[in-house]
Amino acid sequence: MESTDGNDAKSEQRLKSAAVLKSFMLKSSTESKLNLYDHLSRVLMKVMDEHPDNAVDVIEDVSREVKRGLFEDKQSTLRDLPQTTAAELLAEQQRLLFSRPEEADQEEELMDTPLPNVNEVAFYLEQAGVGLGREEMQRVFLALKQLVESQGLPRCRLWGKILGTESSYIVAEAEYREGEEEEESTEEAAEDEERDVEKEMNPLPQSAYKPPPTVPKEALGTGANKFAFYVCKEPGLPWVKLPSVSPAQITGARQIRKFFTGTLDTPIVSYPHFPGNEANYLRAQIARISAGTQVSPQGFYQAGEEEGDEEDEAPRDSFEVNPDFEGVPVAEMAESLSTWVHHVQHILQQGRCTWVNLAVKPGDDSNEEGEGEEKEEEPDEPEPEVGPPLLTPLSQDAEMLNIPPWTSKMSSVLTSQHALAVLRSNLWPGAYSYASGKKFENIYVGWGLKYSGEGFSQAVPPLPQKEYPSGPEITEALDPSVEEEQVLKEALEEEQAAQEEKDDTDDPEEEDDD
Amino acid sequence: MDSNSLFYSLELVAGSGNTLNVEQTTALQTSLVILKKNYKFHRVLFWGKILGLKEDYFIAQGRGEDEMKDKKTLYSFNCMDWMLLAPATDSVIEEVSKTAKGSFVGDPSYVYEHVEIHRAGGRNDAIQEEVVTKVNEESRLAVTVHQIDEEASVVPRGAYLKSPHGLVQINRSFGGLSHSEAGKLDNFLHFSKAKNLKKKSILEMGDLNPAIDFLDVLSDDIPKGSWSLQLECASRVLVLRSLLWPGLTFFHLPTTPQHGHIYIGDGRKNLDLPFMI
Repeated sequence: MESTDGNDAKSEQRLKSAAVLKSFMLKSSTESKLNLYDHLSRVLMKVMDEHPDNAVDVIEDVSREVKRGLFEDKQSTLRDLPQTTAAELLAEQQRLLFSRPEEADQEEELMDTPLPNVNEVAFYLEQAGVGLGREEMQRVFLALKQLVESQGLPRCRLWGKILGTESSYIVAEAEYREGEEEEESTEEAAEDEERDVEKEMNPLPQSAYKPPPTVPKEALGTGANKFAFYVCKEPGLPWVKLPSVSPAQITGARQIRKFFTGTLDTPIVSYPHFPGNEANYLRAQIARISAGTQVSPQGFYQAGEEEGDEEDEAPRDSFEVNPDFEGVPVAEMAESLSTWVHHVQHILQQGRCTWVNLAVKPGDDSNEEGEGEEKEEEPDEPEPEVGPPLLTPLSQDAEMLNIPPWTSKMSSVLTSQHALAVLRSNLWPGAYSYASGKKFENIYVGWGLKYSGEGFSQAVPPLPQKEYPSGPEITEALDPSVEEEQVLKEALEEEQAAQEEKDDTDDPEEEDDD
Repeated sequence: MDSNSLFYSLELVAGSGNTLNVEQTTALQTSLVILKKNYKFHRVLFWGKILGLKEDYFIAQGRGEDEMKDKKTLYSFNCMDWMLLAPATDSVIEEVSKTAKGSFVGDPSYVYEHVEIHRAGGRNDAIQEEVVTKVNEESRLAVTVHQIDEEASVVPRGAYLKSPHGLVQINRSFGGLSHSEAGKLDNFLHFSKAKNLKKKSILEMGDLNPAIDFLDVLSDDIPKGSWSLQLECASRVLVLRSLLWPGLTFFHLPTTPQHGHIYIGDGRKNLDLPFMI
């Protein structure tokens, strides 16, 4: 009895697993609407009908034939749209990078091109351990070439890449074309007109608060605005020019710490409020990074012709390539920091490279003339801010936040005859420079943020202002109560009575003396 | 990233800015093979580089049978001579987090000191004890590597399988994420012991497969937005960058099984992250 039960149980189990397998085989495929069970039964029926030779060897062909025979019946009228991937879209745009212009003159290419030797720079950067990878660098340089041709720039170089949370920026530094001017003055004039019209219609009480004067922007081609910067998201996409930077934006950027998102018009939500959107913040950080980390071997640049005396306040801001530069041996460059110099002006506390005395007001504003005269009479004028002059060696860079500002090393120990000297900034992580003989280059690839030491602490809002100085005239005192007043009145009356008595006694005394 | 794929994977993560030069890559290829033989690892990974003020550390990691538990970390200065790092225990982690501040110096015997003044006893007659905690840079290195692995190592969903015995192994039939799947942060998982698994509702767990989904999802990280997902290299490679540990880059080529992560940075956690997003 037990054995038959055991057999029954086993056969039941077998039937069950067979049923499971059959249901699995009956599941239709998502792509072809066939199912394995039906297909296998059709194949076996075909083999039964046709009796092919060596059936087991040709079984795959039989299966394929069956499927093909079915396919014609089940053709659907809808066709799948191939989904364009992001790669395909970008590839279309990047195809333009590789197109050679038809009217390329051979003679023009032999002269000074606005771009440096791109492949050489990419090779040296790879030796230094920095860079974007060979393919990407090649694409970036082709995009730079496109920029130069479309904008007609006299000189251009790759400044670097700033990473963002959603996408990154590739930044190119270019010299301004001659005769370029600010384009923003028209917008400001329109806004002023609107405000004047409103004032005439509804005269509201004017507040007497005068905001502190804004530090004026530096002119294009000088100081922090010496170069124009163009950004793009990917090589092949159109380049966008960044607006010039104002000192208020630089001081604002020094106080906040934010990642870039990758779209230029995102507003920057921060405290203290940053005057501008992400394009301005990007430009301010680029200016700070350039001022802090763009270096060259000493002697490569020499000071330009100086106009006037040595004593005038304007620091020299021009330099020329030194034709007699011989090149410093690489081992020396890697060891001592005094063989490198900054060739971008340091940005002062004020936010500009040349200091502007804000206390001296020009006589143009009729409202403020009176106040201006008063201020000039003040004995203490603000002290002029002085930064290190151009072409100072790096050994004079101050050590901030307990770390040395630069780390230098050779790119290779095994083949040191042909190695490069590589310099890495510790204050701006991501800024690298290399030098080898007469060739050098700077690049920045990073998040665009300064080294913050222990941690960033947000600026605190200022204390509320005192409205007026406190003194005895305005401090509240309790009014005396009725009892106190009574007591005071009685005391005064007693004093008065005492005083009268004293006067009376005094007078007869005087008469007696006579 | 796996040492077998080193020569092309470095190109793919170079979008973060740092690469290795040719000399270092070739040295690594040779020494990692030797390392694998000597230590009898199943796989050897080049974990990354930690930049110090004077010298940089190259870090390699060897994996044994269980990918998550059998890990050994080694460091080197010249990509040739490797030294083993002691695994980080909880007490060492605590000491390091108290003492080590600032950047790595580059000298493994450099000692970080931290002095704490404990007052024991009554109010006025307090006995002041100075408790000095000393930690050398080698332990700091071990702890940093351990922390980065815990908090920031990424794998795509489906790349690793957990066998019923508890062993975590590579999935040999992983075909890669599709283009649309790769764009979503929930298809990427932390490669460390799962902490959030039990908190999921039954509705969410219905779609999951216990052999594949035994790890935490990246999109559950707090604060939200601490990962940046981008397409690089002409939009062929998907790159994930961590904002909490800046320098960690994960890459994956969609529809292929190639993936890996590497850390090249200064080894400091970005604690200012909430201000910056």
